[in-house]
Amino acid sequence: MCLAVPGQIVDIFEAHGTRMAKLDFGGIQKQVCLAYLPDAVVGDYAIVHVGFAISRIDEASAQETLRQFRELGILEEELGEATPEQYAAPHGESCDVVAP
Amino acid sequence: MKYLAEFRDGDIAQKLAADIRAITTRPWAIMEVCGGQTHSILRNGIDQLLPPEVELIHGPGCPVCVTPLDMIDKALAIAALPGVIFTSFGDMLRVPGSEKDLFRVKSEGGDVRIVYSPLDAVQIARENPAKQVVFFGIGFETTAPANAMAVHLAKREGLGNFSMLVSHVLVPPAIDAIMSAPGNRVQAFLAAGHVCSVMGFWQYPPLATRHAVPIVITGFEPLDVLEGIRRTVQCLETADYRVDNAYARVVTFDGNAPAQALLAEVFTVTDRAWRGIGVIPASGWRLSDAYADYDAEHRFDVGAIRTVESALCRAGEVLQGSIKPSQCEAFGTQCTPRTPLGATMVSSEGACAAYFNYGRFHTLERATVG
Ligand code: SF4
Repeated sequence: MCLAVPGQIVDIFEAHGTRMAKLDFGGIQKQVCLAYLPDAVVGDYAIVHVGFAISRIDEASAQETLRQFRELGILEEELGEATPEQYAAPHGESCDVVAP
Repeated sequence: MKYLAEFRDGDIAQKLAADIRAITTRPWAIMEVCGGQTHSILRNGIDQLLPPEVELIHGPGCPVCVTPLDMIDKALAIAALPGVIFTSFGDMLRVPGSEKDLFRVKSEGGDVRIVYSPLDAVQIARENPAKQVVFFGIGFETTAPANAMAVHLAKREGLGNFSMLVSHVLVPPAIDAIMSAPGNRVQAFLAAGHVCSVMGFWQYPPLATRHAVPIVITGFEPLDVLEGIRRTVQCLETADYRVDNAYARVVTFDGNAPAQALLAEVFTVTDRAWRGIGVIPASGWRLSDAYADYDAEHRFDVGAIRTVESALCRAGEVLQGSIKPSQCEAFGTQCTPRTPLGATMVSSEGACAAYFNYGRFHTLERATVG
């Protein structure tokens, strides 16, 4: 649904009986639900959508994607959390790939 | 925003574009189903790298844009109720309903909150037991597993104050409907990689065969889109009507099994109206009977809804690929992201917003369709 910034799993834990993880997206860390990647381990890369890791991705592809996004100047735009004012003006909208 | 061709990857992009030019012998109309891809195409100038014979048609793959007006109006009515905290992805707040949008409801005193994940809405329900917390559950197959999990957790925890207004849509029936429509011009599809990362692509081969249409699963990064187009043109030129996976590093044939299992438990396939397009049979999900208690449409009696669409807005034609946004008379004049007449100008994945944000104000001659 949107440009997908891959994140690397840096920590796995449980919250409210659900498997969660902390992912690092090019320097910004976010909490993500890991219920749909039950075999994922720390160090794996994943594509995340609305706070859920939905697919694993190998490290080389993840690094290549991050590099490409950084070079195109998309990374910060994608990772920035939009304020309600930004939502009022879709220009520069952040994608909802990330959970706070 | 600079264009892909100006960066280091510009060399690869130019090479892919040259390959596409070399194999293209006649005009082709390719639909990118997904609004995320539309934005990637326009922001990176991919459309301008292509030979004139290759036309990209923007598809209906923006969940915000296709959420039917009566659902928006129901959301507005529920959000205005006292004792309700209405939660939604941010994109939905500016989508015009018949009379107002969720931002207006918020400014009139409604407790409307933007969340980044449906789990945040569940957390708000945990923290506010005296309030009814409603989440606006929209989206394609990519978002649905997250929403399914939210309802599942609410039920497991017995959170009686959580419910969801559900308006999920499904991609394969939409592809079927587009190919079956009279006057259809689409000859091939770039399928949305992330939808397929959840669902796999086992649903696509029968569609490709039935409609003699190549379907190429494509990612969102600019080079992925170009490679997807290259493979699509290759299939078209050789009359090879198959499903090709150009996003294999993320997508498998079977998709995400745990996600599909919970989707099957929480949701049931239903006919769904798409805004601007109409009802497509079996093209959506509603909550299954086991989760009916968590359906906001059952929990709140919002009365009879009378919907009124903007007379000027041609978003339905935009969503079906029969006109480009810049062919709409209101585009960039009465209709801008600050004064939107249609959802396609509001959404971060909307085609009208993409044309506006990335400066496609002029109708290209070759883009004239009808
Ligand atoms: S430009 Fe505005 S009015 Fe025209 S189709 Fe798009 S959203 Fe509707």
